[in-house]
Order: sequence, then C-alpha cells, then structure tokens
Amino acid sequence: MLADIPIYPAQASTIAREVDQLHYVLTGITLFFTALIFLTIFYFMIKYRRRSPDERPRPITNSVPLEVTWTVIPTLICVGIYLWGASLYFTNAKVPDGAMEIFVTGKQWMWKIQHPEGRREINELHVPVGRPVKLTMTSEDVIHDFFIPAFRIKKDVLPGRYTSLWFTATETGRYHLFCGQYCGAFHAGMGGWVIVMKQDDYERWLNGGVFGQTMEAAGESIFQDRGCLTCHLADGSGRGPSLVGLFGKSVHISTGETVAANESYLREAILHPNAKDVPGYTATMPTYQGQLNDEQVLDLVAYIRSLGQTGKARP
Amino acid sequence: MSTTLEEPRAGTRIDYLNADYGWKSWLFTTDHKRIALLYLISITFYFFVGGTFAVLMRIQLIEPQGSLVQPETYNRLFTMHGIIMIFFFLIPSIPAVFGNFLVPMMIGARDLAFPRLNLLSWYIYMVGGIFTLYSVIHGGVDTGWTFYTPYSSTYANSQVIPVALGVFITGFSSILTGLNFIVTIHKMRAPGMTWFRMPLFLWSMYSTSIIMVLGTPVLAITLFLLALERLFQVGIFNPALGGDPLLFQDLFWFYSHPAVYIMILPAMGVISEIIPCFSRKQIFGYKAIAFSSVGIAVLSFLVWGHHMFVTGQSIYAGLVFSALSFLVAIPSAIKVFNWTATLYEGSISYDAPMLYALGFIGLFTMGGLTGLFLASLSTDVQLNGTYFIVAHFHYIMVGGAVMGYLGAMHYWWPKISGRLYPEAWARLAAAIIFVGFNLTFFPQFMLGYLGMPRRYAFYPAEFQFLNVMSSAGASILGVGYLIPLVYFVWSMRYGPVAGPNPWGATGLEWQTPSPPPTDNFEYTPIVTEDPYEYSKQEVGLV
Repeated sequence: MLADIPIYPAQASTIAREVDQLHYVLTGITLFFTALIFLTIFYFMIKYRRRSPDERPRPITNSVPLEVTWTVIPTLICVGIYLWGASLYFTNAKVPDGAMEIFVTGKQWMWKIQHPEGRREINELHVPVGRPVKLTMTSEDVIHDFFIPAFRIKKDVLPGRYTSLWFTATETGRYHLFCGQYCGAFHAGMGGWVIVMKQDDYERWLNGGVFGQTMEAAGESIFQDRGCLTCHLADGSGRGPSLVGLFGKSVHISTGETVAANESYLREAILHPNAKDVPGYTATMPTYQGQLNDEQVLDLVAYIRSLGQTGKARP
Repeated sequence: MSTTLEEPRAGTRIDYLNADYGWKSWLFTTDHKRIALLYLISITFYFFVGGTFAVLMRIQLIEPQGSLVQPETYNRLFTMHGIIMIFFFLIPSIPAVFGNFLVPMMIGARDLAFPRLNLLSWYIYMVGGIFTLYSVIHGGVDTGWTFYTPYSSTYANSQVIPVALGVFITGFSSILTGLNFIVTIHKMRAPGMTWFRMPLFLWSMYSTSIIMVLGTPVLAITLFLLALERLFQVGIFNPALGGDPLLFQDLFWFYSHPAVYIMILPAMGVISEIIPCFSRKQIFGYKAIAFSSVGIAVLSFLVWGHHMFVTGQSIYAGLVFSALSFLVAIPSAIKVFNWTATLYEGSISYDAPMLYALGFIGLFTMGGLTGLFLASLSTDVQLNGTYFIVAHFHYIMVGGAVMGYLGAMHYWWPKISGRLYPEAWARLAAAIIFVGFNLTFFPQFMLGYLGMPRRYAFYPAEFQFLNVMSSAGASILGVGYLIPLVYFVWSMRYGPVAGPNPWGATGLEWQTPSPPPTDNFEYTPIVTEDPYEYSKQEVGLV
C-alpha cells in the first residue's frame, strides 16, 4: 500500500521541471533553517539547563555584528529566491508563438471546452503532446480556477473577462484537472481529466466523436443570424466599422485612447458596444449582454479573428 | 518555591476576583482584569465551537468520497470553522484577554485609558458573535471565510448577511480595543517607564493596535459593499451588474493580510516575555525585536496582492507584491534568531510556558519558511489554493498564535487566578499538542504539493493516506487541547496558591499580589530599570 502513495506530482509539462527545481531548493532551505533552529534550541536546552536555583547568568544584551549577519544572510537568500521565482514566472507568462488555441468556459460545476476545429467536450481536455497550447478562459457565473497539478499551472477563471493560460505537455497520459477556487456546493466535483495524446492520436480524436461546426463556422452562422453583417460590411461602407483585418491591430476609440483589438476587446465590444466605440460610427449597435452566451461569444471572436488573420473578405 | 512575599491566607485579602460576587459586578464591570476574564470565557467557548467544526471536517476527509456529510454541509463546516476561529477566537485571543489584563499592569497603570469603552467593546464582540451563532443555527454560511464575490454576493444560498453583519459588528470591538491600547500606552505609563523600558509584549500590542485601528475599517467597508450588492443588486463586484469581482479581493486582503499579523504579533510578544524569564537572561536584541514588530505592522499593509498571483492580476503587480512579501519575512527571521540567541549561556528551566514558547519558535520557523514558497511567484502558482496553503497558515496561526496563546495562559494564569496548575499535566499537554499538531498539518504540505485543492468535500483516492494521517493527528491535537481546559478549571479551586511571582519574573505585573487588587498597585510604581534585568535579581529572592 505504501508504494502507491505519491510523494511528488507527475512532471508532465515543460515548466514543471523548472518550477520543481525552485521548489526543491526552497525545501532544502526550509529543512536547513528548521534543523538549525531546532538543533540550536535543543543544544542550548541541554547545555544551559538550570542546575541551581541561584544561577544568575551574565547579561548579554546584543551584538551588532550578529544582528547584521542574521539580517543580511536571510535578505540575500530572499533576494536570490525572489529573482529566480520572478524571472521564471515572467518568462512563463509569455505564450509561445504558434500555440494552438483551445477555449474554456467554466460554470457551476463543469468545464466546457471548445476546440477551434469544432470538437466540444465537458470535463475532459484532449491535447497533443509537445505542442504549446493556449487556453482562453471565462466563466458563466462565479470565479473558478483551472488547475492542472501535473503541469504546475493554475489560473483563475473569471466571469465577465478572459484570462489565459498556456502549457506544453511533455508526457502522454491522463492528468487531474481541478477547480482550484471554491465555487459552491459541488466545487469538489468540478474537475476531470487532461488527456495528453500523441499528435496523430490527437488528429484522429479531433475528427471522431460527435463532430460539430468549427468555431469559426459557428461564429460565422451567428454573425449572419444576428444580422451583424448588415452593418459590419467588409469594405467599411456599412453603419459599423469593417472587421476585416481588425484582430491584433490597435483601435482608436472615442475617448482618444488606443486599445489593442484582442479577445477581451472584442468580447467587450460585442457585449457593451458603447463602452469603447470607434469615432465616426454613431452608437447604434445594441448590447448583446444576455443575448449571447459565453460559448457563442467565443465562436464570434474566433470568426472575427479569422477575418484578421487570413485577410479573407467574405462578409 | 520559597518566597519572602508570603501570601496571607486566601480570603483575607481583597482582590479583583473576590471584591464582589454579584452578576452585575461582572456584567457592568469596568475593571480591565474582569473584562479580560469575560473575554477569556467567551473566546474559549468559540475556540471549542470552531474546533468542533474542525473535528467534523477531519472525520469527513478520512475517506475519499467523504465519510460524514453532504458537500453542502461540508462547505458550511469549513466556512464556519474559519470565520469563528479567525474573527471570534484568534483576532481577540491574546489582545483582548492578555492585552486587557496586562497592558495597564505592565506600564504601572490602574486601568486602561477608557474603561467604559473597554466594556463596550466586549458587548460589541458578543453582539457580533450572537449574529454568527444565529446563522449557524439557521443553516450556516457556505462562502468560505473569504466571502469571495460574486459567489457570496449573488450565488450563495446561505446565511451570508447575518454572518457578514456579525463580522462587521465584531470589527468595531477590535477598533475600540486597539484605540484603547494606543492611548493607554502613550499616556498612562508610570514614571520612568520610557518606551525602551517597556516589555516587548507592549511593543507587540502597540503594533497590533495600529493594524486593528487602520485595517479593520476597510474590512467593515468591504462587507458593507458586499451586503449592498447582495441585498439591493448594486453592481460593485458582480460583472453581470457591471462590477469587478477582483475589487473585492483587493479590498478584502488589504485588511485580511494585516489581520494575519494581528494574530501573530501578540504571540511574538508573549514569547519575548517567556523566553527571558525561563532562561534568566535579558532578551537578546531588544531594539531589533521591538522595531521588527513595528516593521511587520507597516509592511503588512503592502503585501495583500500575494493572495492574487493566479487571479490574472497584472504580472508587474505580481512582481512588486512578491518582492514586498519576501521583505516582510526578514523581521520575522530577526525575531527568531534573537529569541534563540537569548537562550545562549542562560539558566534554562523547562516549565510549561517555556515548552510552549520553544514549540512556538520551531513551528513558527517552519510556518515562516514555507511562506517563502508562496511569496515566490512561480512556486505559488502550483501551491496557491491547495492544502499547502492550509498547512502554511495553520503553522502560523495554530503552531504560532495558539501556541503563544497557551504559553500566555500558562505563564500568567497564576497571576490571573492566584493558583498554580499541575505542572506535570501541563508539560504532558504541551508535548501532546506539539506532536498532534505536526501530525495533523505536516502531511498537508505534501498534499498541497501533490495538487489537492483545499475546500474539497471529497477527493481522489490517491490522497487518502495523507488525509488519514492528518485526521489521526487532529484527534491527538483535540485531546491536547482538552487537557488544559480541565486542569485550569480544576486549579481555580484546588490549585496550590501561587504567590505574587511564582516564576521569579521581572515586570511590574509580578510586583503586585496574585490575584491583583482591583486597583492593581497600592502606589504608582516608579521604574528605574530596563526590562528583563534577570542578572540583577538578588540570589535567594525567588
């Protein structure tokens, strides 16, 4: 039975090893100083135990060199650990170029996953080994948290905005997916599995099962059904600005500010059109808050992004 | 122990306990010592209520599927455990009991600056407590003690408002107590009691009071805004109403991180009294320890963002908060080294208060060092929200603050009650608590690193072994806490008479009879010495 008890988590992503190195160094520091303090106390307790009630030890009130020593040494250790942990975090905050994208919507108490190719799944995330994967995540209700211990990654999933997370899995297998932020009655059950597959197995999986539209195609249908295309004409002659080539550009908005046309901006522009509108276009677009669910918004964002990336000018 | 200040036979001398026996003399008292006892009884009650919730949680987690209750009930158990232990036990524990009892005595005063305000703060505390108990009886609350929005403001279907109101009200009791201590320490010190002759317990009380006065109003405002949104759908935190869910966390932790130091600084003050007394040495590095307390109080307000590294807050904010969090570790390390150095060449005895103090140093060291894992950005990502956090803050709050509190109970009980407790039982309880504590919480560090999230009513089977260890430790810990309850109560009637100064301690509180008279001192004492002048004590006096 004891052999089955894990003492360290699986290392299944590129950053897991780097994070663990820091973790083990910190463990070493903790053990060293704990042992130092405990052993010193035990040694003093025995060596200086009270032998007679009349003992009056000589007073030793302070020592500047000692105070400086035990201030400077911990400070240096802290600075070193800080720089190490911070630089690792800073480096890992940047999503590698060419990462494949997957979209995550949390709700009490399940994870809904959309692959751009159209496959959807619940409480399971299938990914290929060795390829960077970027997750764009939002929540339909309360704050959740997407946590894959074997990858050493975790990020809160918030209602009303997008957060993102990336990883490159290094080992095929099944790994726990947990909700790491308390979210109500069935919080402990809001989890599932991350399944890391070989590239061709992943391709086969993507094309199998219940196959829906790609996210772009689903977004395009919504774009047509909701009448978006009647205003957002491709050539810019409509009542709304053209969306062709928009994604990734900078947008000048009415307040004079410039904002990046990223996922979060598009989401806000769909749900609250007047918040950051573009000068020259009178604010006639209705709000879609409550009209579209989070998955539909993600489909639309995927569609609008495809207009930007390929430059194709269908609408 | 021989004493030249032999007590007259019990009953012949009027003290604060036997001055009057009527219930009115307790409920309308303005004597800081009686108010301290009112608090002692109240927080002991809440400690065992909160402890009962913990026991039920540990029973639930013995089996992976949850062996006792439904998830909805488990969520209420950990929420009520957190709220009661933090707001109704830990925050008032040392300040309201020992601060109340000792601040006037240690500076040579007859009472606090505002005795009626002091009584009012106990009543406010009780009213807040009643709201919270009301909600427990009516189903409890399931938001976690952190009340995160929009779950608490919109989605939770439990007694959020009564509990938030209870915590809101109790906060005013902290504010008034803090205010009272600050004014008292500034204005009522006896002649000769300069700032640097004050016992370090007073420096820690002073630092704690600053945090209470500056921080608690922010908690009150935050809970008020939460209530506004929950009751009237004013969009503050819920994005569906136009709010910002992270705003709540910023506001909440702006108070609640400093609140951690409200809980630990007083315990550090207790340790700084006990260590010199039982090693017969002046404390090593008095000023370093005193300024560390103030430094911790100031820095504590600048580190709240380390609770939010994985919320999606700006990377640059994360870098700054991480750096500041490492910085707050330094003053704590300085204290640990100074306490340890005080033992050097001392004359060390192992009476029960000393065992708690030494236990505190060891456990606080571990709690502090494991904090570095959480201050460091990239390791925090894995550990945030897991059992590693639970273990870390229990090493600080239980291994630190509760050990300090029990150390204080054993050290000053003879002064408070005039009686000695059975020393052998007290040492045994200290050992049981130390072992039980480590067995309960050390496995949780491992669980957290493995990735087990906190606040799970059931969990994957591979985590069972460590959870069973933890539950086994909790049962030992529970026994360890019950033993002192029994012998303290026993000692009130049957304990040997303590005499004014059973430990041979320095400090003004030991220069009056035990229990002290209502006015503390017959004459206002005049202070001519630094604190902890153990080497100057005449041989044979104690």
